[in-house]
Amino acid sequence: MTLKTRLIPCLDVKDGRVVKGVNFVDLRDAGDPVEAAAAYAAAGADEICFLDITASHEDRGTLLETVTRTAMEALCPLTVGGGVRSADDVLALLKAGADKIAINSAAVRDPSVLTEGAMAAGSQAVVCAIDAKNVAPGKWEIFTHGGRKPTGIDAVEFAREAERRGAGEILLTSMDRDGVKTGYDLELLRAVTDAVNIPVIASGGAGELQHLSDAVTEGGASAVLAASIFHFGTYTIEEAKRAMQEDGIPVRVTW
Amino acid sequence: MPVVCLIDYGAGNLHSAKRGLERAAPSPDWRVEVSADPETLLAADRLVLPGVGAFASCAAGLRARDGVEQAIHEAVSKQAKPFLGICVGMQLLADRGLEHQITEGLGLIAGTVRALDAKGLRVPHMGWNDVRARKEHPVLPADSDAYFVHSYVFECEDEDAVIATCDYGETFPAAVAKDTVIGAQFHPEKSGAYGLSFLKNFLEWRP
Repeated sequence: MTLKTRLIPCLDVKDGRVVKGVNFVDLRDAGDPVEAAAAYAAAGADEICFLDITASHEDRGTLLETVTRTAMEALCPLTVGGGVRSADDVLALLKAGADKIAINSAAVRDPSVLTEGAMAAGSQAVVCAIDAKNVAPGKWEIFTHGGRKPTGIDAVEFAREAERRGAGEILLTSMDRDGVKTGYDLELLRAVTDAVNIPVIASGGAGELQHLSDAVTEGGASAVLAASIFHFGTYTIEEAKRAMQEDGIPVRVTW
Repeated sequence: MPVVCLIDYGAGNLHSAKRGLERAAPSPDWRVEVSADPETLLAADRLVLPGVGAFASCAAGLRARDGVEQAIHEAVSKQAKPFLGICVGMQLLADRGLEHQITEGLGLIAGTVRALDAKGLRVPHMGWNDVRARKEHPVLPADSDAYFVHSYVFECEDEDAVIATCDYGETFPAAVAKDTVIGAQFHPEKSGAYGLSFLKNFLEWRP
């Protein structure tokens, strides 16, 4: 009788196709997002995450259509992020079938968008996505634009502000670790999970199953997000959950 | 042709609830209507009240739709229609909610919706957790995990109305039922096979 640690496969979606960027630069095509999401849900994924990296905001229709088709197929919660700028964007994605909306750059520019999103859809639907880089021992700075643009904002402080502003969850990505498979930045994770009382999703760096457990036991994460280790068939969802279970982490048993 | 009406009052999970019901339909002749028209509510065979967000804003949204609250009372009290409330839709069954302010609920199941006492655990209670049946009910599938997202809980005055519980800091009602009314604190439309069975059982329920 306990809340399970969530395992979340993340699909980077561009123009309606799945890609996985290694350090957000070297993109590879890994298939149809709707099929992939349905397969993950059937395999026991606790949640699915889509991050839309389509460059142009004008191509929003493709994403909405992908979200709608996915929501029809996958009977588990769907989080969608990328290019969300306003409460209207939040509502449009919810209407398309998403359950939670991740807001990244727009929240960094003006955190009141988190409040507006929470007022319109409830805090449970608003995820604040934070992309952080280690800039000094024990210091992490928020970067936007796929990790290219420094903001001067302290990631841990910003996580606190996001909670205060109405975010119901934090999706924390280490830009140093993203795509390099050496494990999550546990120090960053611990600093943020200690700073807030809302759930924190660990992201960026999962390369081995041990990394998933470490994010929970050492980093304090409520959920772990991973992409490439699942997309390229290195591990299955079940293998990942069994490994976490062996480490004493409560998981939703789906086998 | 059996018709289930999903009450449309601006709730965020309306669309996923619609898809869940369509997938759970026991046969292809089922129709899921989405409406806030009192006539449509009264003509349907079954009603579903979705809901996410805050109690007060959901109650305000419901009351902003002319005649909907009266139609719900008539459908339940006079027509004895099966009625399902999901998440905040379940909480709205209570007499009152204490989120942000004291707000009157539908008063269909006696109780108060108050803050979850998570005892230091992270809030909202978000994710998959065990639903444990307290008594047999035709709509409840065999115990399993379901997907929860909430910070408030339904404290029932009538213990008998609590048909299933869940633990997170404290033990709270995961599902409540009285006569033709049932409510789920979790999201059946997001709860995989368990949720699908729950919805299918509701559609086939003959209270």
